[in-house]
Amino acid sequence: MKSLRQWPGSAGILPAVRGMLPRTFLRTRFVQVIRYRHSALSQSRPARCRTLRAACSRSPVVCAALILFPFVSFASDNPVTIGSKKFTESYVLGEIAKRTLNDAGIPAEHRQGMGGTIILWQALRGRQIDAYPEYTGTIAQEILKTDRKLSLNEIREALVKFDVGATEPLGFNNTYALVMRRSEAERLGLHTISDLRNHPELKIGLTHEFLDRQDGWQPLRARYALPQQNVIGIDHALGYAALKNASIDVKDAYSTDAKIAEYDLVTLEDNLQFFPRYEAVFLYRLSLPASTVTTLRKLEGTLDETRMIRLNAEAERTRNYTRAANLYFQGGTGSTTAAGESFWHKLTRWTLRHLELAGFSLLLAVIVGIPLGIIASRGGPTGHSILGFASVVQTIPSLALLALLVPLPFFGISVRTAIAALFLYGLLPIVRNTASGLQDIPRALRESAIALGLSPMTRLWKIYIPMASRSILAGIKTSAVINIGTATLAALIGAGGLGEPILSGLNLNDHVTILQGAIPAALLALLVQWGFDLTDRVLIPKGLRL
Amino acid sequence: MSALVQLIDVSKRYEDALALHSTNLAIERAKTTVLIGPSGCGKSTLLRLIIGLITPDSGTIAFDGSQITPANIDTLRRRIGYVIQEGSLFPHLTARANVLLMARYLGKSGEEMRTRLLELCELTRFSGNLLSRYPIELSGGQRQRVSLMRALMLSPELLLLDEPLGALDPLVRASLQKELKEIFARLRQTTLFVTHDLAEAAYFGDEIVLMNEGRIVQQGSLADLREKPANDFVCEFINSQRALLFT
Repeated sequence: MKSLRQWPGSAGILPAVRGMLPRTFLRTRFVQVIRYRHSALSQSRPARCRTLRAACSRSPVVCAALILFPFVSFASDNPVTIGSKKFTESYVLGEIAKRTLNDAGIPAEHRQGMGGTIILWQALRGRQIDAYPEYTGTIAQEILKTDRKLSLNEIREALVKFDVGATEPLGFNNTYALVMRRSEAERLGLHTISDLRNHPELKIGLTHEFLDRQDGWQPLRARYALPQQNVIGIDHALGYAALKNASIDVKDAYSTDAKIAEYDLVTLEDNLQFFPRYEAVFLYRLSLPASTVTTLRKLEGTLDETRMIRLNAEAERTRNYTRAANLYFQGGTGSTTAAGESFWHKLTRWTLRHLELAGFSLLLAVIVGIPLGIIASRGGPTGHSILGFASVVQTIPSLALLALLVPLPFFGISVRTAIAALFLYGLLPIVRNTASGLQDIPRALRESAIALGLSPMTRLWKIYIPMASRSILAGIKTSAVINIGTATLAALIGAGGLGEPILSGLNLNDHVTILQGAIPAALLALLVQWGFDLTDRVLIPKGLRL
Repeated sequence: MSALVQLIDVSKRYEDALALHSTNLAIERAKTTVLIGPSGCGKSTLLRLIIGLITPDSGTIAFDGSQITPANIDTLRRRIGYVIQEGSLFPHLTARANVLLMARYLGKSGEEMRTRLLELCELTRFSGNLLSRYPIELSGGQRQRVSLMRALMLSPELLLLDEPLGALDPLVRASLQKELKEIFARLRQTTLFVTHDLAEAAYFGDEIVLMNEGRIVQQGSLADLREKPANDFVCEFINSQRALLFT
């Protein structure tokens, strides 16, 4: 358990929390523990004692953990978690690392497309991932926040204080580049970035990250004294489509990007050597076992630019990162090709995770929202603050809410964060509908209930709640539908669900993949709506439906 | 025998207006006392004070000799039946469930409840096969019969009626008036009846209490009010209603 490693003191509450957490969320973590326990129990008795004694002598904390929380695994039992950023090359490198570790007998998992640099860096420091592919230029500029061009050794020295190490370069330099349609560049006679100075009319579309980076658009424009005013922010994959249909003329790209060849684009020469070198390396936590690091370092110098472009192109062509990663190994060890997951299997996995995210957060929102709604229905300062808080949460864009939760200690890049965000979103409709449903009960009926001599709790449960049931259920239904929709964003922080194909489809500019997530999500929302219409008939008293 | 309810120097103020000036009133056992007066005269306020929906700003209210306090109000409420003009039945419960609500809450036996329900149906001339209907499926007159059954279920010592017939059409109203009077007589029921209709007050009231602007103006029989009016308001009130009745 990662949380346990972060807060050993929380061991006592874990069994309680465990009961509240969704099934698959736990499964991955606990399977290993159970395996450990199983192996310990199947040993002969002296052997078992030796194992336990060895474990206890290793550290008193481990010993305490064994007593307090029998389901705790050792840190070394956890698979190595590789992270990757939200673009093709990072996915492929992540897959290659995972496969390399697996081939060496080290359990590893790959959390694909977790986001941008800062999210990955924080996840690494927060021990949510153990390694991820990064570029030297990005490390200097974005992580170490320096304008100087650092050597790899300088970078290593600086990273030590974060308890992070870096491998030697993998072999290719994936620097930023500005790209244009070949036809347009030839028509205008453009070869270098400096040539852009004479064409202020060109429309520029840049990724949001490039717009904001310290080695991105602002200093680039200053260095080259570029006159273009018409600059928009656009998603990387969508930007290629925009470039193709001439909505924009120039965009940023990575120099090993497979799309450059695919769309017949040209790279404008960086004639003032503005862009630093972006050598690909793996960043890893220094606390990883030496064998893991050694295995990871086997990748050093094995990927030149041509090879990387080929792998990227394969990934984009086949829409299958695992298969592209396998290309790297072909001709080498000759190991078996990992079986691709069938579409239906993937769809089931996405849908189940999606339901888990939406369902669990909805359950929490109901458990918390109805009591809050009851309190809010009484008005007064408390009631107003509750409704105010729920409304404010609702106005935060869902993406921003996720981003705000990620840096918090308990959350990070996890299913927990997604559920927490969805829970907060689901709260308002339930709180508001519960409150208004109760407030709408006519005074005469309220007073009749009081005048009969029923106790306050009985009045609430037998009279008020049933009378407000239609409104409360409508609130729950609204929350459920909102949650099904918003849960697609959970993929942004690696929590999976039907957002996963939407995100990779967006990344690959592949409409079919987007629809593989979007259509089931829409159907799910309809199904939930329909399901709630059925429950209305059971849960709303007949006298209110006539 | 002492009065069942005794109000001593009771007053009530809502935010900006005095709803009830310092008032004394005794409600005698086995009689029907009628509170009458124009809208806003404080008659409903008085009723709501007795059932504890509002608390007095000053003075005390005693029920059967003991003072009403927040601690004993729920117990006392079970000895009081309360019927209002309309809309007092819980729409999510059938007529039967509405009537039995309190008895079930108090854990009465099924046998006891069945017997009492039959008695009440007979008393209020309510057809037993309508008991499984929801309020919305009943007519206005039927709903008020159910309300009355609910109020009488626990055989209360005091019955409070706040314009119970006000929302009914004239024919239903006339027949229910007759039935109600028979019921009160048969049960020797102590009743406090609020109305703004003088004819109804005269029909029911052993004692008529005329109120205006938060005060009791005069108390007595209809003959007392007509022949010995305490002030001009009493004359005016009686004449205005008589004009309506006889022209």
